[in-house]
Amino acid sequence: MTEKTQSTHQDAEVHVVKPPVYLAIFFALLVLTALTTGISFIDLGVFNAVIALAIACLKASLVVLFFMHIHYSSRLLKLTVAAGLFTFMLLISLTMTDYISRAWGMF
Amino acid sequence: MSTIVSLPDQSTAKLPAKSYLNQEYGLKSWLLTGDHKRIAMLYLFSITFFFVIGGVLAGLIRLELLTPPADLMATDTYNKVFSMHGIIMIFLFLVPSVPATIGNFLIPLMVGARDLAFPKINLLSWYLYMGGGLLVLATMVLGGVDTGWTFTTPLSTHYLNTHVVTAAMGIFLAGFSSIFTGLNFIVTIHRMRCPGMTWFRLPLFVWGHYATSIIMILGTPVLAITLVLVALERTMNIGVFDPSKGGDPLLFQHLFWFYSHPAVYIMILPGMAVISEVISTFSRKRVFGYTAVAFSSVAIAVFGFLVWEHHMFIMGVSQYSALVFSLLTMLVAVPSAIKIFNWSMTLYKGSITFETPMLYAFGFIGLFTIGGLTGIFLATLGMDVHLTETYFIVAHFHFVMVGGMLMAYLAGVHFWWPKMTGRMYPEAISKTAAVITFIGFIVTFFPQFILGYLGMPRRYAAYPADFQVLNVFSTAGASILGIGYLLPMLYLPWSLKYGEIAGDNPWQATGLEWQIQSPPLTENFSEIPIMDHEAYDYEWLANKTHHEVQTVG
Amino acid sequence: MDSPSIATTPHELGSSGLPHAHDHPAFMRHHFEDIGQQREAASFGMWVFLLTEIMFFGGLFCAYLIFRNWYHPAFVAGSNTLDITLGTTNTAVLIGSSFTMAMAVYSAEMRRKGQLVLFLVLTILLGGVFLGIKAVEYHQKYVDHHIPGMNFSIQEFVHPTNPKAIPLAPDMAEKTQLYFFLYFAMTGMHALHMIIGIGLLLFMVARASRGAYTAGHVIPVENFGLYWHFVDIVWIFLFPLLYLISRYR
Ligand code: HEM
Ligand SMILES: [Cu+2]
Repeated sequence: MTEKTQSTHQDAEVHVVKPPVYLAIFFALLVLTALTTGISFIDLGVFNAVIALAIACLKASLVVLFFMHIHYSSRLLKLTVAAGLFTFMLLISLTMTDYISRAWGMF
Repeated sequence: MSTIVSLPDQSTAKLPAKSYLNQEYGLKSWLLTGDHKRIAMLYLFSITFFFVIGGVLAGLIRLELLTPPADLMATDTYNKVFSMHGIIMIFLFLVPSVPATIGNFLIPLMVGARDLAFPKINLLSWYLYMGGGLLVLATMVLGGVDTGWTFTTPLSTHYLNTHVVTAAMGIFLAGFSSIFTGLNFIVTIHRMRCPGMTWFRLPLFVWGHYATSIIMILGTPVLAITLVLVALERTMNIGVFDPSKGGDPLLFQHLFWFYSHPAVYIMILPGMAVISEVISTFSRKRVFGYTAVAFSSVAIAVFGFLVWEHHMFIMGVSQYSALVFSLLTMLVAVPSAIKIFNWSMTLYKGSITFETPMLYAFGFIGLFTIGGLTGIFLATLGMDVHLTETYFIVAHFHFVMVGGMLMAYLAGVHFWWPKMTGRMYPEAISKTAAVITFIGFIVTFFPQFILGYLGMPRRYAAYPADFQVLNVFSTAGASILGIGYLLPMLYLPWSLKYGEIAGDNPWQATGLEWQIQSPPLTENFSEIPIMDHEAYDYEWLANKTHHEVQTVG
Repeated sequence: MDSPSIATTPHELGSSGLPHAHDHPAFMRHHFEDIGQQREAASFGMWVFLLTEIMFFGGLFCAYLIFRNWYHPAFVAGSNTLDITLGTTNTAVLIGSSFTMAMAVYSAEMRRKGQLVLFLVLTILLGGVFLGIKAVEYHQKYVDHHIPGMNFSIQEFVHPTNPKAIPLAPDMAEKTQLYFFLYFAMTGMHALHMIIGIGLLLFMVARASRGAYTAGHVIPVENFGLYWHFVDIVWIFLFPLLYLISRYR
């Protein structure tokens, strides 16, 4: 799916992702958008939110991995993305320890 | 007293013909420079400027507290004075102090690079800082802000008629300046190390700044968005932090302290980084347990994000959650303790000499230890109920921030002064200044622990007459402290012209920065160095000098 | 143990004053060792900046999460007033612009100038369409008196004109303000990023048409691409969170 080009300068080896990959991801994203909109019209209780978020995460991963080339990138960049997610989750989850238990069951 | 200082023969010594200081002349060559060393100098000037303003405000606070009634100034004015003092000292002095000046100057030198990865962003960061600084000054000229440095809602959003938005915008800009500094450091440390410079050959100074940068990058944006929300709430009456509209003031506290607790580590990690270098150099020993010290920096940065709720124990957070955070706070003290232990072990059986930076470093270790230990008191839930919002807190954080960071900053400035300027500061008077600072500090802030324990609340202009004796001590100490800080501001500029020529390596230190000329060239190294030894390898240095002597002689 | 390699004094400073004068491409900054290092530094730097952006939006997401749980009925009612057709269209438009941006990076990599300019212009157009639709939606909110701090009225939620909508008690209806504030704060912050992005794109089109990025210097295009995709990702989350709450009602 990818080709490696050795650009004219030393060390500057980069992966160039080819258009078919981009096109495939583009269509996948469109389908997922349609899907998430469609599902929101069906009553699934709490699962509406869960599924909507799951689809959003899937879409975001596709963008990060392919449009943003993380799939082909060094471990450092992969770790960088992970660090961002981790800290964001810290913010949310540790804040939630307060909100959830301020009055048990009322959240 | 023995000394390791070795200066070149003063009758023949000259400053290098070409250096970053005389590469170009004129204001423009400074204001548009991309050179990390020049930007460090710009920062040095600007933060000193704000430190003086913050210091004057501190003096006013202490004067007011000399007597029990609010007689020197109106209580409203007092509120503004301590708020401006906090804002200026924290956001415009302590946060950029070591990283933006000494760190900016040294990180490329220490990793063996010609500059930071993004020189233009580095310059932009200084301009953002100045923009933020000007807005804070504008706040002051327009009539000040009286929320405290913490911008507590709904006080800041609904009840005050002062210049909250201007001050918040200033902090917003200063925040982005610190983000860009952090970004530059992280990329430089990852990507610009010279050949042979593995992670575990980096000086601990670099590790400390790496950890600091992580916090700057990940914490500061949360503060930025929080301040934006406060500004919107004020201007448009929105309600996210307003309980009468269904909002939650505690949400503000969560978001604010999510940054501001890690930020206290922005204000100490670079100081610890300086201390590691100084202790090693003046005890002629490799830092004990290098790896432990290196990782404890990163551990502090990570754990620092897990404890913020300890600032909110009495604010109505869930008690279960408070329990978790109390425990986590105790944990974060562990890596700090590791550092103290390792420094002590480095001193143990070292060949210690007492140059000025070392005196400041000793001050740091003692005062930071007290500050850190009292932090544990505060982390204890029951104890905190008694001590919070009293002078105990004030004493705690001044011990870590002034006794810790400011001492470390002065240690660093003195230690690298010869490298930055090519000249030595006057040793005798600077030792005196270090001792004065230490004594002044203890007299100022130790009584505040007692005051706080006895129940004197913070942030009030007046207090019961029973507390006066200790307050007089504190004010007297502050005057001594003021002299201690004034001295370097006089003799350091003096030394620019009259100081002894320092030569490349006056301290016989091992860092890469000491192997090049002082002051360094514009692009630091005429040839990118190759690192072939560990950090703090004094044997390597001895052999190197030996070799040089042989080839020359 | 001896290391002659640490240069202690300037050996020889060429007439240019620059210590190393190998032949490097013009766009290489001379404090880097080689072009590979420069490229790695640039893209890593961009990612670190995006971390900052994650945390910047993170604060808003955190606020959203709390209030959505506290005032769920108000959030449902508020969400249902948004136009889902416009929202979905906009999502598709933005994904399209991400695609064209990815293609622009590819074109720069392949050194095809015309193609690069074309894709950059397409990205601008799609970005413009997105903002246009957003403006229409904002205007609708204005007409409906749903802009907090400006002309907010809870009328519509207490006495809905739509017979299918469930009326809210007045105190819960008040909380729709919080929903709309978060809606404006989040989409507004997102739109601000788009506007900055389009400004940069215009600048890049001008430079690209002069061949700036098709002679090996793809870093700016690549980094801008990362920024643009990040903005797209933010929207990918905003869309379900703001538009799709209990649509089945
Ligand atoms: C070493 C471990 C440390 C522990 C366990 C600790 C613990 C605490 C706790 C529990 C509080 C909250 C007290 C209250 O408001 O009731 C506090 C306040 C504070 N700490 Fe620390 N701390 C530590 C180190 C530091 C350091 C290194 C700094 C700065 C360099 C610092 C700066 C502050 C500041 C500024 C406040 C007061 C904030 C305010 O309310 O204005 N602390 N500390
Ligand atoms: Cu704290």
